[in-house]
Amino acid sequence: MIHAIIDPFVEFAFMRRALVGCFALSLGAPPVGVFLVLRRLSLMGDAMSHAILPGAAIGFLVAGLSVPAMSLGGFIAGIAVVLLAGFVTRSTILREDASLAAFYLVSLALGVLIVSVKGSSIDLLHVLFGTVLALDDTALILIATIATLTMLVLATIYRPLVLECFDPSFLDSVSRLSSPTHFLFLVLVVLNLVGGFQALGTLMVVGIMLLPAITARFWARDISNMIVIAVAAAVAASLVGLLLSYYLNLPTGPAIILSAGVGYLVSMLIGVQGGLLWQLMPRRHLEA
Amino acid sequence: MTKPATISFHDLTLGYNRHPAVHHITGEVARGDLLALVGPNGAGKSTLLKGIVGQLKPLSGSFSLDGLKRSDIAYLPQQIDIDRTFPITVFDAVAMGLWHDIGAWRGLDGERSQAVQEALRALGLQDLGERSVGALSGGQFQRVLFARLLLQDATIILLDEPFRAVDTKTVEDLLRIIARWHKEGRTVIAALHDLDQVRAHFPKTLLIAREVVAWGPTKPVLTPKNLAEARQLTEAWDEHAEVCARDEAASERISV
Repeated sequence: MIHAIIDPFVEFAFMRRALVGCFALSLGAPPVGVFLVLRRLSLMGDAMSHAILPGAAIGFLVAGLSVPAMSLGGFIAGIAVVLLAGFVTRSTILREDASLAAFYLVSLALGVLIVSVKGSSIDLLHVLFGTVLALDDTALILIATIATLTMLVLATIYRPLVLECFDPSFLDSVSRLSSPTHFLFLVLVVLNLVGGFQALGTLMVVGIMLLPAITARFWARDISNMIVIAVAAAVAASLVGLLLSYYLNLPTGPAIILSAGVGYLVSMLIGVQGGLLWQLMPRRHLEA
Repeated sequence: MTKPATISFHDLTLGYNRHPAVHHITGEVARGDLLALVGPNGAGKSTLLKGIVGQLKPLSGSFSLDGLKRSDIAYLPQQIDIDRTFPITVFDAVAMGLWHDIGAWRGLDGERSQAVQEALRALGLQDLGERSVGALSGGQFQRVLFARLLLQDATIILLDEPFRAVDTKTVEDLLRIIARWHKEGRTVIAALHDLDQVRAHFPKTLLIAREVVAWGPTKPVLTPKNLAEARQLTEAWDEHAEVCARDEAASERISV
């Protein structure tokens, strides 16, 4: 059993690289996902992942399948959409979700257009679904750097960020950190999506960010535990997904995200914080 | 014995999209006042409080805060957009009141945790510290907000309908906290609807109905005549309202 788990990684360098990359992703993306979930912005992660596509595509056009070029392009596109959407939200009657939706849809269409006019459909598949089994050094370093940066920034803005989720008007009333916090957080969202799309693709990367976070909601009563559990769930899903894809010859990205999905389903049923089964089970209420 | 003013309004008009919600407010709130803000729905009570905390820019006129900073004012809004399902414990939620002291980065040392415990105790929440806020009743949650206000240690405390949807026992306890603030010399302004409560606990009252109807010691302010006038004055927002006549008169005076 132990051998079955360890051997693929001992034997093949590409499996080791994939594992390291996924673990690094699992350290940065799920904590960001926790805050997205708690701010009821889960679907925003999805929208942003589409928004980075044209940037990555332009990077691809300019430099081919180059990690730095595509990442930089994706990052710029993501930040541009965040800034534009934020500007429209502040200056018109549109709410944040609507203005974001408008920009990311345009961005997505633009991205698909660029890739299909100039590249082949294989390239498009790479961008959409990632190549976790072909991570080179540059990609690994990029993912690790982003994970490190994410944890440092989260630690720095942790308190205002928690307060902004829990009681935004109170944060507004006691400090001016509200908008810088919000913006830094959105930068983290974009960074982690960019970091993840090499491995899992622009569509699947949202999965490693959100599914563990949503899973953790069923187990944790406060937010710091929730973050720890989300990271653990992501690490577990990465390992299980990689092994499944190795033994059953499945595409790796979807295998990892599906593993996280199974974790979610199980937690939804048996999670101690409002899991379905606990609600169905008739338990006698307490004295107080 | 006139105490120094802590909030002075100078012909202050506040509103939304040029439509005033309250206009031409002039007067002073003395330091240490325990002031009830009374008026019908739509009288502009919340607007006035929002103006004081700086969430609304004056349409005209101004007010001064006697050199106080924004952080010297604690404000409990009527519409709280607090996420009650958020996974945070009662202790942590209350501890946020120490923001002025610990900011975004300093930790809770022993002394400060002690202060949080005391605030919890003052509101009868000492046994609920480790509960998550989602498990609280409406009244308990209002106590949490008051405990947080206690820790904010503010010079001016603004409460917008603080007793909405809480039972009499809770109201009594919260009133005790307000009395304590009054005794400590803090300035408290509370928007309220229950006139008996105002008469019993608030020495001063500002009766507004989109403008000042009466302002001063509670008893002579809350007369049937003043209250009837307040009801009459509160008219609906008029999409096609004329430019305020008083402003026109004023500008004519200037141009003459």
